[in-house]
Amino acid sequence: MGYENVTQSLTKIIEMKNITKKFGDFVANDSVNLDVFKGKVHALLGENGAGKSTLMNILYGLYSPTSGEILINGKKVEITNPNIAIEHGIGMVHQHFMLVKPFTVTQNIILGQEPVSKMSVLNMKKALKDVKEISERYGLYVDPNAKIEDISVGMQQRVEILKALYRGAEILILDEPTAVLTPQEIVELIQIIKNLTKEGKSIILISHKLKEIIDAADFCLIIRRGKHIDTVVVPETNEEGLASKMVGREVSFVVDKKVKVAGDEIFSIKDLVVKDNRDIVAVDKLNISIKKGEILGLAGIDGNGQTELLEAITGLRKVESGEIKINDNNITNNTPFQVINKKISHIPEDRQKRGLVLDFDISENTILENYYKNPFARKGILNYNNIRVYAKELIDKFDVRPKEESKMARTLSGGNQQKVIIAREVSNDPDLLIAAQPTRGLDVGAIEFVHKSLIDQRDNDKAVFLISFELDEIMNVSDRIAVIYEGKIVGIVDAKDAEVEKLGLMMAGGGSK
Amino acid sequence: MKLKMKELRRALYIFATEKTVGFTLISIFLGLVVGALFLAVAGFNPFRAYWIMLQGIFAKPSYISYTIIRATPLILTGLSIAFAFKTGLFNIGAEGQFIIGSVAATAAGYFLHLPLLIHIPVVIISAVLAAGIWGGLAGFFKAKFGVHEVISTIMLNWVALYFQNFLIYTKGFQKPGGETSYSIQPTANMMILKTWKQSEAGREWLLQHPFWKDLLRTPMNWGFVIAILMAVLVWFILNKTALGFRLRAVGFNKFAAEYGGINVNKNMIISMFIAGALAGLAGALQVVGVSHKVTLIAAMEGYGFDGIAVALIANSNAMGCILAGLLFGALKYGGAKIQPFMQAPSEVVSIVIGSIVFFISIPKLIKLILTRKSKKGGTK
Amino acid sequence: MIETILSNLALILGTTLMYSTPLIYTSLGGVLSENSGVINIGLEGMMVIGAFIGAAIGYYVGNPWIAFIGAGVAGGLFGLLHAFASVTFGANQVVSGIAINFLGIGIALFLSRIFFEGATMTKSIQLDNKMPRPLNGVFPDGSILNTIFDNQYATVYLAFIMVLLIWFFLYKTKYGLRLRSVGEHPTAADTLGINVMGIRYFAVIMSGVFAGFGGAAMSLAIVSNFRPTLISGHGFIALAAMIFGKWKPQGAMLACLLFGGAQGLAVYLGQFDINIPTQLISMLPYVITIVVLIGFVGKSSAPSADGIPYEKESKY
Repeated sequence: MGYENVTQSLTKIIEMKNITKKFGDFVANDSVNLDVFKGKVHALLGENGAGKSTLMNILYGLYSPTSGEILINGKKVEITNPNIAIEHGIGMVHQHFMLVKPFTVTQNIILGQEPVSKMSVLNMKKALKDVKEISERYGLYVDPNAKIEDISVGMQQRVEILKALYRGAEILILDEPTAVLTPQEIVELIQIIKNLTKEGKSIILISHKLKEIIDAADFCLIIRRGKHIDTVVVPETNEEGLASKMVGREVSFVVDKKVKVAGDEIFSIKDLVVKDNRDIVAVDKLNISIKKGEILGLAGIDGNGQTELLEAITGLRKVESGEIKINDNNITNNTPFQVINKKISHIPEDRQKRGLVLDFDISENTILENYYKNPFARKGILNYNNIRVYAKELIDKFDVRPKEESKMARTLSGGNQQKVIIAREVSNDPDLLIAAQPTRGLDVGAIEFVHKSLIDQRDNDKAVFLISFELDEIMNVSDRIAVIYEGKIVGIVDAKDAEVEKLGLMMAGGGSK
Repeated sequence: MKLKMKELRRALYIFATEKTVGFTLISIFLGLVVGALFLAVAGFNPFRAYWIMLQGIFAKPSYISYTIIRATPLILTGLSIAFAFKTGLFNIGAEGQFIIGSVAATAAGYFLHLPLLIHIPVVIISAVLAAGIWGGLAGFFKAKFGVHEVISTIMLNWVALYFQNFLIYTKGFQKPGGETSYSIQPTANMMILKTWKQSEAGREWLLQHPFWKDLLRTPMNWGFVIAILMAVLVWFILNKTALGFRLRAVGFNKFAAEYGGINVNKNMIISMFIAGALAGLAGALQVVGVSHKVTLIAAMEGYGFDGIAVALIANSNAMGCILAGLLFGALKYGGAKIQPFMQAPSEVVSIVIGSIVFFISIPKLIKLILTRKSKKGGTK
Repeated sequence: MIETILSNLALILGTTLMYSTPLIYTSLGGVLSENSGVINIGLEGMMVIGAFIGAAIGYYVGNPWIAFIGAGVAGGLFGLLHAFASVTFGANQVVSGIAINFLGIGIALFLSRIFFEGATMTKSIQLDNKMPRPLNGVFPDGSILNTIFDNQYATVYLAFIMVLLIWFFLYKTKYGLRLRSVGEHPTAADTLGINVMGIRYFAVIMSGVFAGFGGAAMSLAIVSNFRPTLISGHGFIALAAMIFGKWKPQGAMLACLLFGGAQGLAVYLGQFDINIPTQLISMLPYVITIVVLIGFVGKSSAPSADGIPYEKESKY
């Protein structure tokens, strides 16, 4: 049918024309066009850093475009701040929730448009009533008096949607809304989206996940490195079609990997119990083991104890009970220093917080764990010549760019930062390499590099423990897959027998053991 | 000509924004301008005031000596704060650590009777240890109990102050009839040529050599040399040793340091111990070199707070602390002279220092002004 | 016997109230600024300028209320300076606060020398021109109430009213809700169209006003002039009290009462020739603070965005 034909009979409410946005020399959006129609879901597809969020921040008045214009209901508008966007009926649910954690649900919803009695005194009674009313109208049930820090991520997302509806939003921007949800919550969200469009609301759905776009969207705008690529009618295409437009070439979803027989068990965890920051049990009598020459993938939704498990293994968090062993050494409650010296390396989930000292240069980061050892130091005095030589070696071997060991880690791109970490950790020649969310926020090229590094480790007869929220990654890279739910392993399957539906069910706590 | 102006502005911009030294110098210049404005508005000739200050610093050997004596403790407290900054800690406690250092030095200098060459090192080491422990205490509270070092060091400052006053009222330490302690033994005195200066031969020689006479009039002592050695030592520790690597890693990113196997808590305590020791050394040198005793203090004397400004102006650079300390000492010593000579308020010095720190806090503003100018220059 | 104890307690309570007052104003200033996300280590300097301006206007004009308001305005101007650096130009807030401290004492003494014939101590305000004592002579001589309230200046009562007002403002009005949201999550507030910069300016300026009040409560009531060592560190104690009080007005007030109480006790015991040295008693509140903070074990309740400059287009 084609885009033009399908859209002919629809009411156009938003037109973004030739939007360009520059940050210094960096072009985040380059002449992008977007039309949004009443009662329809318009997806915005692109890789990380393609410029999706920038475009939406412009529509929402957080950034001002370098050039281009926006029309709402056919009239040209200047959206210079969120207030104006809100007045035009635009609401936005950000990827990182914009919620004030110590505030209640109600306080968050009314913030900025508070019902007041005399003298700006808050009228909480009316606020509660209003919140209840809209939450019932759209079937978005929440506890209005709960504090944000006490409710689940899915609930927090509902609060975000309610915030927009409370402000009378007609157009709702959802920025990567499923990134943090369980498969079941995703189904619920898609239902919510359908309810909203039925009520005449329009949705802009930002995503880099093809499946949910196919499931939920009517139209899809694809951008790549800031450039407008195409707008397609979703029911007329499929995942492969979208994917090739997104990355600009045919992509294979399969990682190149030889068959390999795993060796002896080298690492094991028995009945491990770990508590989280709030002193609640996060890892609950967990058992796993990993063999030499094997990649064990840990699948699960964010917040099911992965972080606590990792921190317990690497000595960053106290173990309440249970046992962690590597090479028959008990490393339970060892310090990070001791763990590193038992030949465990760790690519941390937050590379900027844990993995790098951003204000150290590349060379200093490459010796973060070995700075005191010969040849980097003797009798407590550092030898910067040797440190530089070593860093240069790693930079060459792992193709870190720029090839200057004196560059601050802060100035590197995300992919190159990750390369520095992987170079450092793999060069420690670990018996066990733990990789947590190793490809988060990286572009396709860097992702391939990371996966290859992990598989190389395995092919060298080392054990690899991969933790990821991306089920595709787990399924493509791992040899065996363990699923974690509420701090317990709820199932272990061979990767070659794994099915998405079954894993998804287990990740949500359902399914067979 | 126009082109040259443009180049000049461009050079100035690069100087101010890409080189931190340049940015600091521009901040110092602007601080002096603000001081001049205050003087001018109040009806004083700022050029004359600054000229008097300059003369007051350089005109006589004794003036230079006094400037250096003033600067010495500030260099050390500055180093103390800069060192803690480098490891991510804010040591507001240099004030109290200075007090503990001077009290310990006085006690060791008065109660112990030791030979000349041993006494001074013993006095200094006891002061350094005492103040180090005092500083380390704040590090310990932070490491063990998560008490923010800013608040614990503020509290410890006051505890130190009242502790010194308590000792001054204690029998055996209090010099009868006065609100001061006994003076330290002559063997603990670090003044240069102290006995010779007062000897017959010395006095005669000095009478014929006015330069040396004027110079030795001051309580000149080895403190400045020690302060410089300390700056070198601090620089070396931070940049060239494994300990320094650990401390800086903790300072920049304690999560990454912890991940890398570095014991964050232990290093925080070490860092605060060293910071305390440096401030305590300042107190000790003040006692052995200048005051020889401690007196009742009604309010904070400001060595620690001035040290914060020194560290900030020095951008926490160890060598920078020497220069910033000298600048600060010179402004304080020279600035005091505009009061008797032209009745201009010498407190303009605090205004100058406050303004310098203020400009240092807003590099963005200075960048903005300079870019605007160079842009304007470009379009003409 | 009981009567003597009671009257002694009343005496201590009276001094406690008096000495706590300047701290309460100043720590309320800290509460406002830091709840909006701006660390204000410059409270000390703002308090100093308030104390000086209060004493100077009090001496020249003779009306304590004009002097008090003048002190607030002076403190507010310093707050404006701090806001200019830390809100508009994203300064390191600790650094610009330190600068404010040097400027506060520098400008106060500079002006003192100019307006008081070269002296760093201002001339005393006449007793009649000091802050009024509303309950002076109201209660019968010798009664306990009289011991407590007879000599209390109006600033004391006003301080407690201010605690109530600030509490109400922060937790019961929409602007208070907005102010706290800006300190917790400025980006969230911004996306809801709340003027982050405006609110921070308001909060920091008001923190200066309150610190100025705190200084004036010292120079217009407790004593009757300004001198270089009058404030010396009280601003920092108020800052500590605010942290101790968990960034809440009522908590800060209680912490200030603790500091004031120890000072009251020291003054009380100082009049006797007894064996407990007053220096050690003066030390007490600081030791107690450390001990109590150790008891909290690392529970920080600082606003999440405290100390972090807010920048809009900082991406890339």
